[in-house]
Amino acid sequence: MFQLSTTTLQCDELKRALIFAAVGAVVTFEGIVRNHNDGREVVALEYETYEDLAVGEAIKIFAQCRQQFNIFEAKCVHRIGKLSIGDVAVWVGVCASHREDAFKGCRYIIDEIKTRLPIWKKEYYTNGDSGWVNCKKII
Amino acid sequence: MSDQIKEINVRYYALLREERGCPSETIKTNAQTPLELYTQLRQQYRFSLDINSLKVALNDAFYSWDSPLQDKDTVVFIPPVAGG
Repeated sequence: MFQLSTTTLQCDELKRALIFAAVGAVVTFEGIVRNHNDGREVVALEYETYEDLAVGEAIKIFAQCRQQFNIFEAKCVHRIGKLSIGDVAVWVGVCASHREDAFKGCRYIIDEIKTRLPIWKKEYYTNGDSGWVNCKKII
Repeated sequence: MSDQIKEINVRYYALLREERGCPSETIKTNAQTPLELYTQLRQQYRFSLDINSLKVALNDAFYSWDSPLQDKDTVVFIPPVAGG
């Protein structure tokens, strides 16, 4: 299950929803907004998405994860909008009977989310510049 | 028929939205494919991103650059992504 959120992620609540009697392992990942990238000081980030395509592609990623790994449930929530240093930008949680599938499933989902979903990140720098990450242009 | 003018809805995101100066527009075009359409638009609006750094979506799904465009299609050119 994939969701986009414009508000602070409630990571503890998200994790609790993945724990039930049959679960022996929960692996979670939190991507945090950091204050530097490529040698530049970052003061804030802004995420933008093409929601319909992002949700459709995420459904495929989750289905492919279930095919490859023996997991019970997987969930990912990605922030959209302006974020500050230290904010959780993306949360992934996977539960399974055993840790190996939970670790691998979590890793698979965050790696695929980062490369396949139409989500764009704009960095704001200390000198007032800003730029879209991976687009090689500072505005 | 091949030169028939189509109405295509184009939506822009991220860098392309900023370079175009608007989030969407309806374009009358004789372009047959997303490749032809982007080539026309890049020349018109001087987009900085070339075709090799983009993907294309038609009607909310990824498609190839040589897919045939149909009247009333919605096209989105996808700049390099950076989620997470």
